[in-house]
Amino acid sequence: MKLSDVTWDAYQRKDGRKGIRNKILIIYTVECSSYVAHEIARKIEDSEVEVIGFGGCTDNEYAVRLLISLIRHPNVGGILAVGLGCEYLQPERLAQIAIEEGKGGEWFYIQEMGGTGKSILQGIHLVRKLKESLTLVPKVTMGMDELVIGAECGGSDYTSGLAGNVVVGHFFDSLIEQGGTAIFEEIVEAVGLVDLLCQRAANEKAEEEIRYTYEKALDYCRSVKQYSVSPGNFAGGLSTIEEKSMGAIIKSGSKPINGVLKVGSIPPQKGLWLLDSTPDPYWMQFGITNPNDNEGLMDLISCGCHLTFLVTGRGNVVGSAVAPVIKVTGNSHTYQRMEDDMDFDAGRVLSGLCTQEQLTEELETLVCKVAGGQLSKGEIWGHKEYFIPYKYQDKQVGRCRA
Amino acid sequence: MEKIAFQIEENDNVATALSELEPGQVEIRGAGGKNMKAIERIPEGHKIAVKAIEHGQDIMKYGVPIGRATASISEGSWVHLHCMESKYDERSSHLDLLTGAPKDIEYV
Repeated sequence: MKLSDVTWDAYQRKDGRKGIRNKILIIYTVECSSYVAHEIARKIEDSEVEVIGFGGCTDNEYAVRLLISLIRHPNVGGILAVGLGCEYLQPERLAQIAIEEGKGGEWFYIQEMGGTGKSILQGIHLVRKLKESLTLVPKVTMGMDELVIGAECGGSDYTSGLAGNVVVGHFFDSLIEQGGTAIFEEIVEAVGLVDLLCQRAANEKAEEEIRYTYEKALDYCRSVKQYSVSPGNFAGGLSTIEEKSMGAIIKSGSKPINGVLKVGSIPPQKGLWLLDSTPDPYWMQFGITNPNDNEGLMDLISCGCHLTFLVTGRGNVVGSAVAPVIKVTGNSHTYQRMEDDMDFDAGRVLSGLCTQEQLTEELETLVCKVAGGQLSKGEIWGHKEYFIPYKYQDKQVGRCRA
Repeated sequence: MEKIAFQIEENDNVATALSELEPGQVEIRGAGGKNMKAIERIPEGHKIAVKAIEHGQDIMKYGVPIGRATASISEGSWVHLHCMESKYDERSSHLDLLTGAPKDIEYV
């Protein structure tokens, strides 16, 4: 069967996008309300009810933008915002955004509700109500041309650049040929590759955006004298950041790059996009670039990714709230050791057990299944990690250096 | 067991060891497609020079420079932090060769 003919059932959202899951998010608006939010989810015992939130008391613009983009995300059908009652971040406004998107939106303050016990009861009541409203979401047919998929790598070893990221790159080429959308990130892992990336820019504006974003990331690394490469990477055989970068960029495939996205912005058209998740210059001293893998996944998902790839040579167990994570390893030993967690063994191409074409087709089949509702390994375990830090980032991509 | 290293592009001067290499015969798969000799032990995932590389010359992998040689490197030898460096990252020249652990920060 041709990939372009494969379809599955999806959920129609008011903004025109389609979701591959129909989740309820319980969102805490300050660390003080996180326990109540988690308890509501724990007592509900429903794999499609998940918790996210922001721990800070002040309303960091970036974090608010990220939360809003997750509320608008097509995999989300409704939200309950749980506030304590004295924080900056406004749960009522978050609920309002959900309602404007045609989704269920509820909220309350723990202080007004009268404490932990009453808040948990109220939360359970509201989530059940939201769950009922999910049955009204129209079911529609969806195909590869409507999918948005993100990719990042973490815990890389020498196989990532030889196999894991390579199969994702081939998959992305195929996805884009089917009319779909792909997003890759980690500009801090593109050191030394600016010309290579700029040659792939779809137009002049895209080239300016890529160059600006690259220079920004390089300035950052130079100023803190720290590049995105760790002792484990060196021990595993990577000798330089350039080597790691090239292995990472391979996952973007070979198609033209349409431009740079900022965290929380949806691709304005289909095709391949680079996500910039690095802090912007003025605020650089307040942020680190890649706090952890889940932060990177969350950034990709904030741009509307229905699902993501996490390529990991050494192995990882995480999933994510909001969107399924397909964990790909290029290391067959890692796959065998962690088969309960790894979704895909790309290492077979190195041992000569299959061709690159066969491997890419297998990954396409897996993606279609997961998009159609099959649980990824992370979902089976209930991995629903999220990470929403304080960060300072402009909404627009800069284009000229001051 | 057969010893194999994987060369990605034709103009690369290094290949990646798919298992630990001992001095002796190595099959270069991928763009390389030849047999050669490793002249020292090379850990799994590390690089073997598939040709002689002069001091200061670019180390090529994926068809692009991934750093430069800080010594002259014989064909068949191990290519890592002891004989090459990043053109960008100063810190990586101060790491332990085998563990990658930093040696430039004092733990006091």
